[in-house]
Amino acid sequence: MIHSLFLINASGDIFLEKHWKSVVSRSVCDYFFEAQERASEAENVPPVISTPHHYLLSVYRHKIFFVAVIQTEVPPLFVIEFLHRVVDTFQDYFGVCSEVMIKDNVVVVYEVLEEMLDNGFPLATESNILKELIKPPTILRTVVNTITGSTNVGDQLPTGQLSVVPWRRTGVKYTNNEAYFDVIEEIDAIIDKSGSTITAEIQGVIDACVKLTGMPDLTLSFMNPRLLDDVSFHPCVRFKRWESERILSFIPPDGNFRLLSYHVSAQNLVAIPVYVKHNINFRDSSSLGRFEITVGPKQTMGKTVEGVMVTSQMPKGVLNMSLTPSQGTHIFDPVTKLLTWDVGKINPQKLPSLKGSMNLQAGTSKPDENPTINLQFKIQQLAISGLKVNRLDMYGEKYKPFKGIKYMTKAGKFQVRT
Amino acid sequence: MAASPAYGEEKGGSSSLGEPEYGHDPASGGIFASDYKRHDDLKEMLDSNKDSLKLEAMKRIVAMIAWGKNASDLFPAVVKNVACKNIEVKKLVYVYLVRYAEEQQDLALLSISTFQRGLKDPNQLIRASALRVLSSIRVPIIVPIMMLAIKEAASDMSPYVRKTAAHAIPKLYSLDSDQKDQLIEVIEKLLADKTTLVAGSVVMAFEEVCPERIDLIHKNYRKLCNLLIDVEEWGQVVIINMLTRYARTQFLSPNQNESLLEESAEKAFYGSEEEDTKDAKAEAASLAKRKPYVMDPDHRLLLRNTKPLLQSRNAAVVMAVAQLYFHLAPKAEVGVIAKALVRLLRSHSEVQYVVLQNVATMSIKRRGMFEPYLKSFYIRSTDPTQIKILKLEVLTNLANETNISTILREFQTYIRSMDKDFVAATIQAIGRCATNIGKVRDTCLNGLVQLLSNRDELVVAESVVVIKKLLQMQPAQHSEIIKHMAKLTDNIQVPMARASILWLIGEYCEHVPKIAPDVLRKMAKSFTNEEDIVKLQVINLAAKLYLTNSKQSKLLTQYVLNLAKYDQNYDIRDRARFIRQLIVPTEKSGALNKYAKKLFLAQKPAPILESSFKDRDHFQLGSLSHLLNAKAVGYQELPDWPDEAPDPSVRNVEVPEWTKCTSREKRKDKVEKPFYSDSEGESGPTESADSEPESDSEESGSSSSSGTSSSSSEEQSEDKEGEEEEEEKRKKKKEKGGPRKASPRSVGSEEEEEAEGKKVKKAAGPQGKKGHAETSSEEASASESSSSGSDSGTEAPTVVEAKRRKVIPSSKAGPKEISLLDLDDFTPPPPQPVPSSSIISTSLVTDLEGLTLTDTSLAPALLSPAFGAVRTYELLHRMAGEGLSVEYCFSRRPFPGDPHMVAVQIQISNNTDAEVKSLRVSEPKLLAGMRIQEFPEIESLAPGDTASVVMGIDFCDSTQAANFQLCTHTRHFYVSIQPPVGELMAPVFMSENEFRKEQGKLTGMSEITEKLTLPEKCRSDHAIVQQVTSAANVGRVPCGADNEYRFAAKTVTSGSLVLITLEWREGAAAQLTVNSEKMVIGTMLVKDIIQALAQ
Repeated sequence: MIHSLFLINASGDIFLEKHWKSVVSRSVCDYFFEAQERASEAENVPPVISTPHHYLLSVYRHKIFFVAVIQTEVPPLFVIEFLHRVVDTFQDYFGVCSEVMIKDNVVVVYEVLEEMLDNGFPLATESNILKELIKPPTILRTVVNTITGSTNVGDQLPTGQLSVVPWRRTGVKYTNNEAYFDVIEEIDAIIDKSGSTITAEIQGVIDACVKLTGMPDLTLSFMNPRLLDDVSFHPCVRFKRWESERILSFIPPDGNFRLLSYHVSAQNLVAIPVYVKHNINFRDSSSLGRFEITVGPKQTMGKTVEGVMVTSQMPKGVLNMSLTPSQGTHIFDPVTKLLTWDVGKINPQKLPSLKGSMNLQAGTSKPDENPTINLQFKIQQLAISGLKVNRLDMYGEKYKPFKGIKYMTKAGKFQVRT
Repeated sequence: MAASPAYGEEKGGSSSLGEPEYGHDPASGGIFASDYKRHDDLKEMLDSNKDSLKLEAMKRIVAMIAWGKNASDLFPAVVKNVACKNIEVKKLVYVYLVRYAEEQQDLALLSISTFQRGLKDPNQLIRASALRVLSSIRVPIIVPIMMLAIKEAASDMSPYVRKTAAHAIPKLYSLDSDQKDQLIEVIEKLLADKTTLVAGSVVMAFEEVCPERIDLIHKNYRKLCNLLIDVEEWGQVVIINMLTRYARTQFLSPNQNESLLEESAEKAFYGSEEEDTKDAKAEAASLAKRKPYVMDPDHRLLLRNTKPLLQSRNAAVVMAVAQLYFHLAPKAEVGVIAKALVRLLRSHSEVQYVVLQNVATMSIKRRGMFEPYLKSFYIRSTDPTQIKILKLEVLTNLANETNISTILREFQTYIRSMDKDFVAATIQAIGRCATNIGKVRDTCLNGLVQLLSNRDELVVAESVVVIKKLLQMQPAQHSEIIKHMAKLTDNIQVPMARASILWLIGEYCEHVPKIAPDVLRKMAKSFTNEEDIVKLQVINLAAKLYLTNSKQSKLLTQYVLNLAKYDQNYDIRDRARFIRQLIVPTEKSGALNKYAKKLFLAQKPAPILESSFKDRDHFQLGSLSHLLNAKAVGYQELPDWPDEAPDPSVRNVEVPEWTKCTSREKRKDKVEKPFYSDSEGESGPTESADSEPESDSEESGSSSSSGTSSSSSEEQSEDKEGEEEEEEKRKKKKEKGGPRKASPRSVGSEEEEEAEGKKVKKAAGPQGKKGHAETSSEEASASESSSSGSDSGTEAPTVVEAKRRKVIPSSKAGPKEISLLDLDDFTPPPPQPVPSSSIISTSLVTDLEGLTLTDTSLAPALLSPAFGAVRTYELLHRMAGEGLSVEYCFSRRPFPGDPHMVAVQIQISNNTDAEVKSLRVSEPKLLAGMRIQEFPEIESLAPGDTASVVMGIDFCDSTQAANFQLCTHTRHFYVSIQPPVGELMAPVFMSENEFRKEQGKLTGMSEITEKLTLPEKCRSDHAIVQQVTSAANVGRVPCGADNEYRFAAKTVTSGSLVLITLEWREGAAAQLTVNSEKMVIGTMLVKDIIQALAQ
């Protein structure tokens, strides 16, 4: 299956290679560089490239290309999903996944990769198990290691791979037993010029941070489980139980994990919490354009909209913009033509607005397209779909855990066409 | 260089060891001396007896390997440490060994004995890791040792070691393919393993070593299916892909009948009429030939056990299941994958890329599947271009008559995008929509013509090319456009566009007789500066003009041909020479000259703008080959369905527990078969042909409910299924036992309902009076309102009907039965034995119990439906249906066989003067989750006859229409059934207290209150009850308070409660409250009820 992996940074240097079968020369990446050159932007590099003897499958994350080399037929998603899992694991191990981090921890990275694949076939991809095999570096451990000269390789033989719950490591112990669940919903929407909704959906996830001793068996039930239209689970969730009772029953992995992600059925109308009033005008003969946007709250169920951030890709003809925001800060990058306005909180009494003019390139005609406005925002303590967790129970262990549930609504791909 | 940070760390490490001078050397500079020296220092460290030094050295070496530098000269020094006690050092040594053993084979042999020792270790993990490293060392000399080790490990006690053995198999195979036979033996042994840990790995080995040995799978098939859900995710992908291929060789196509229809339907859509009738004949023949299809239980097992995996978080697993369903499932079931695939579109862009490619292919074959998700494919300006283009492709594939206007509106936004590649693709897409959907061709064309004045040249050029293709379809009407385009030649520089314009003018020069020569003149002037492709078209234009209008263009043509004669490009010279010979008559030129006009101005077929994803589905979906549209190395062809199913008994396993039941059931099945054929003889071929698929789908229905049990309890569900099947048979037996007693009655009652509604209104009155206490109120109102309009005339008989179903109807067989006798050939799928309404309602309750929110103390019993007014709707008008008229109504009875379906009674009358044959439903286009239980095919309907059938539709608690085709032997009619929201529920009985309690739970967002004014005639108790029950299928709940009416129902699919309270205040004022978890249903219901009351 997966023959080799190359990590390539933004400037086109291969800074790590790992082979699971015979060595494949790094010259195979030349094909990749060719494709990279052809695609103007990094995200436009085709994920699958066919070369005379190999196929290159790549993912682009954190400004790094992870290029897998394969030789024979294999489902492309298999490889892509695996590569993403690799990135997630790195992130889990080092906090961030960046070129510097990988280079600093090259031995750990190499060992982790060695454990994740055997002969190109995934072996251990659960981070709980990997962490048993190879301890993630912490500051304390790094200090200890430099003094005692030990590494991060686990010195006990890991047993996680053998257990029936392969996602949970054994012998977990905490003094404070706690389980936190974050219900995070994202609104994906496209809003029309006139303010009407073209499409809007709610996608949610429940991220958990579970630090419980022993082998707890948890059940989580919802007040209104029928809201969930399409769900996908962490493998720990017992599917049959969900099917029959709409209850999430699971033995959780240790630490952070995504319990489930869901989609709220399209039949339910999606409440759009903010609106954008815009007036963007390019005048034909003049080299000045008008720009004015106002953001205001709509259906927020009485909560404040926070962390509002407006970004907009201006047309190439715009040379500069002179704008005054009523609150927050704004930046216009004249090279990438990206306008960013960090609004902050929306005060319903005094709606934030950004007004001013645009300098257009003289001589050229006005751009055909008005820029689309991308919106970011956050609403704490609210799940916009109305999903509510009913209760969380624990079986199998005697202690009383501390439980917490947090709701949050965010903008996903929230776009306003103008 | 990027190297420096990593190097910096190394340096830091080495500096602590007091050798900083080597550390400063960059990788590139002064290589030889320092490299040599540095390795010397590493060797020293490895030779020392301090573990910490060794470890430090190994870390630096591994960093070198990761960095891609050659560390092979350290091999002897490293390999010595293979037996090191320190587990960390050892691990790193393994890493090194695996990397370099291939290059240093002799030295690598030194380490082998260590691993051999490790293979005997009492600890399973050490055994496993020893085998893993041993098998990873690619040294041919140790092949026998590896073989031995694998064989031993394959029968190890520990499943983990066996898993490692499975992993080692492909490694050995790639090293020495001569070992294949021996390895297959090991694979066979491991395939029989019962642990989930091993399953994925061994199937992986199977796929790499011997994918052609499908016979090895037979015995393990059922086990693999049952273990599947517990296998780790990567293994699931491999197993599912393998099982897809396996199923294609072992089972019959579940769509063999549909596929015939589908083909002919497609042709009928595009083809000429001649073909049409021919097809119809062929189809009729093939229909006659077709055998009843029964899905192999093993086939069903696979489908059932893979379905939950659509919920996996792993995109590869979801995709694998999706392709399995696409390739193996009956058409009606494929829809379930759409939702999951659309979900994947939220994932990373690479995942989107792959998924969209597959969706594009699927959407060509099964458009209806993705139609409900149209909006999920809308494009955002932040999408990468490659994603945009794929989404565009999907949108174009999904476009049809109904949604084209929305799609075109979207396209309008896209055209103004800044991303010009994407704009070009959009224009192409518009072109494709215009060719596929005739209705919008003119709109599209106008839009494209407007684009011709766009400032961006690329946009104009692309539009020209597309317009050219569109004009070819109907040139005569568009000479204006051609003229407009002729003007563009002055401005457009893009060669492809220029060439297109010239071709167009040449081709249709009769339509623009004045302009064409002028264009030629201009082009002749600039001929030498044109691109080759344009020059060729100039020559073409010249030739065509010469033939049609030689007076004006003779000299020009000669001039152009002369220029071309001395062109640099030989293609152009050749073309010029060829054309001159052809068109200019000389004594040498032969007979061809006469036909020149025919040659050049022949009618050319319009180009078909096709998706590039058409026919890609001959590659297994989700595969690399499919993505590349080319066969990748090692791709296993997806075999075609066999014509005859191979012997299913090969999958029977002798003793194992988990399959015992299946095989028993199978045997039973076989024993029972003669029973079927016997009865066939009795009741004619039609019935058996239809009743068998019926029972099959019945089974699938049960499987979806019983499939929830875990794989360990599979047995149980299998049993249940068996039972159900048996029950089904019993029913049939009953039916056949008294062929003219039981079934005619049930048909009869349905028939009568319609017949009575039309003819026997008079009977309604008196019979309505003999009512039950329970229904008396409705009845009274029914008889009352029967006088008010002919529309409500049908109500009364229905009430009668309802009664007759409760009181065993024996008295009322009546005179109508005679006329109905000839209809009972097309008995609907046993429409519940007669006295059954109570039975069914209890079974409904049990079925729904698992789904209710309420606590067990409550257990609201489902009422037998209160028969209020039944309104009929038109499905197919007599005119539209060419004499065939179809009406439907919601009978408000539980649909037999599936409590989640709404029963729809369909009445078909044949008003033509010919017999209508093989009436049936096909190609349902449903939203995800919706299901249809088709009515059995009606063999034939004589002129003037009317037939009534019942079909079940699971609307998923939405008011979205169910679209399907109603087919006769000659025609297909697109029809749709849209349920009023009130029909999506069934009444439940509850006490006042229960009602209050439930209502208390459903407050807040789930409560909708509306004020209304009651009109004069609606101010009596029964008028209100009557109106509410006519608007919705609800049951009345007793209420203590005066002037307050309560109703309760449950939605049919999800069983959510719907509670209605109507409070009548003074005078005409009233307040309506609906409590329901389904807010949408609640809102719509309020609207409907208010409307009903206002009437």
